[in-house]
Amino acid sequence: MTFFFQLCVNGLALGMTYALVAIGFVIIFKCTQAFNIAQGQIVMLGGYIGYTFLRPLGLPVWAAVIAIVAVGVVMGLVIERLTLRPLLGKPVLAIIMMTVALAGVMDGIANMVWGGVYETYHDVLPVISLQIGAISVPPSSMLTLIVSVIVVAVLMFVFRYTKIGLALRATAEDEQVTRSLGIKATMVYALVWVIACVVGVVGGLLLGGVSGVSPSLAEVGMKALAVVILGGLDSVGGAVLAGIVIGILENLAAGYLDPLMPSGGGLANVFPFIIMLAVLIFKPHGLFGLKRIERI
Amino acid sequence: MRLPSGTYAQTYSQDMSLVRTKSHWALLAVIIVFVFTIPQWASASFLAVSTVIGITIISVQGLGILTGNCGQLSMGHSAFMMVGGYALAILCNKAGFPFWAALPLAGLVAGVVGIIFGLPTLRIKGFYLIMSTVAAYFIIHWLVLQFRSLTGATEGLSVPAPDLFGLSLVDKTRYFYLVMGLAILATIVARNILRTRTGRAFVAIRDNDLAAEVMGVNLFSYKLQAFFIGCVFAGIAGGLSVQYYSYCNVEQFPFFDSVWMLGMLIIGGMGSVSGVIYGAITIKLLQQLATKLGPFLAEVMNPQAAAGLGIVLPSVAIILFLIFAPRGVSHIWERLRNYYQAWPF
Repeated sequence: MTFFFQLCVNGLALGMTYALVAIGFVIIFKCTQAFNIAQGQIVMLGGYIGYTFLRPLGLPVWAAVIAIVAVGVVMGLVIERLTLRPLLGKPVLAIIMMTVALAGVMDGIANMVWGGVYETYHDVLPVISLQIGAISVPPSSMLTLIVSVIVVAVLMFVFRYTKIGLALRATAEDEQVTRSLGIKATMVYALVWVIACVVGVVGGLLLGGVSGVSPSLAEVGMKALAVVILGGLDSVGGAVLAGIVIGILENLAAGYLDPLMPSGGGLANVFPFIIMLAVLIFKPHGLFGLKRIERI
Repeated sequence: MRLPSGTYAQTYSQDMSLVRTKSHWALLAVIIVFVFTIPQWASASFLAVSTVIGITIISVQGLGILTGNCGQLSMGHSAFMMVGGYALAILCNKAGFPFWAALPLAGLVAGVVGIIFGLPTLRIKGFYLIMSTVAAYFIIHWLVLQFRSLTGATEGLSVPAPDLFGLSLVDKTRYFYLVMGLAILATIVARNILRTRTGRAFVAIRDNDLAAEVMGVNLFSYKLQAFFIGCVFAGIAGGLSVQYYSYCNVEQFPFFDSVWMLGMLIIGGMGSVSGVIYGAITIKLLQQLATKLGPFLAEVMNPQAAAGLGIVLPSVAIILFLIFAPRGVSHIWERLRNYYQAWPF
């Protein structure tokens, strides 16, 4: 039984990681109907930039966090203005390919600037660990759990109770009507990308501190796509819940089914995609996604 | 196809022919002579690049039918190449099939697997379909690694030297001729499929699937046909690629290859058969440029820089095309030609 609970706790930690990446995707899709496949790469770059601030530049943690938020803001503005703005109203494939190409550029930058080397700075960040009986909660899970909960709470508050949140929701509903009411849609789009990038780079700083930074950190982004499909493309809460569900299921599958596999398993890498395919076939809009009715 | 003024079709066969004017014939002859004399004057590395480009063209023609013309977005095309490659390797290595029999079978196997992963198209499209094909890639990748006895898992499979009715194809020049011949054949087949009833149904589905259904196009059947045809091309290309390296490994079919193949469609122009060729050449040459710059970059920056540049260059090309020329090279070429033909108007 301890084994089961340990797997669940590990899955929870992993799931919060997925959720942190998935949130960035969901916010952008909710407001701009754009699919941001580069979110995993934004997280990875966040990790590398965080490493640069903390190690070679030697900033204290609070200064590094402020600096990285600034980097996230600039990154969001640049990405939105230069690459996504010209594609407003273009077909789905153009937007997907744009973000995939952005992902490629960021992967390339990580290789060219930081050499794609594995870097760590785990001793800099505060460690919060928890031990319940025989089950140890990994410090990584505690930190990402706390940050994810804070991020989701702030986002939900902003979406529901502020004027900006109202503008964001209105744009998500109908862009043209919003414009006619005097809300600047382009400002909303820029804001959404800034939020996603800030969440991404801060998440990257945390994940990098916990597990080290390398280009493979971006692979979390691929699995986070399974998370957003399960949670529904436009539901922030759904992303968190689905992240936890997929994280736990992945760990359980790896723990219990891997020994039964003919050659070694490795089920953890593919399980999110099996779930994703099943969701796509049986419930394409996910658990909490908005069902859109199609008209000619 | 737009014809220069003064060119009229007087018979049915003229109306149906693909090459219409003398200048078309001349241009075609020059290109074919150029392609088939590459082994005479080019270096070995250029020959290798050309062979890879030929293989890529075959595969992307399939994607062009599936995504460019039928509108079924697929980001798992390299998975279907992988299926074809492994089918050929297993048939040749374990079952002792000759190369000429294994290659079409490889295409067929990939086509059948394509139909299986095309089944979700009944319910989903657009982004959801892309996600299901991404899932298909990772699931196929994992399955290949699981069936060690059949696929050799990470060690891969060696493929016996190919021969075509007694003619050995170990020689890279001969293999180049085979690949180029098949690439030209694939281009003609793709062009002709699009002129059939099926091809027109594909275009109708792409332009508006609901309207197509109302007009009597059986969506499910035609979408699966598109998946089958597209994946047969991919399977044959995968088989050719495996045979070229006489070795089969999952590393040969990385996930990003599917992305590059979509990029080739965008650079060449969606739905254009000739565009596939421009796109394949552009992206493969950009990757080659990055490799050539590798030693220089390794000195200036770091050993990984060339790998990074190999991703950055094609990505930037895709971004620039999406922003400035979303209809691709073939559209630019068409506009130039129209301008030239209609000059001075």
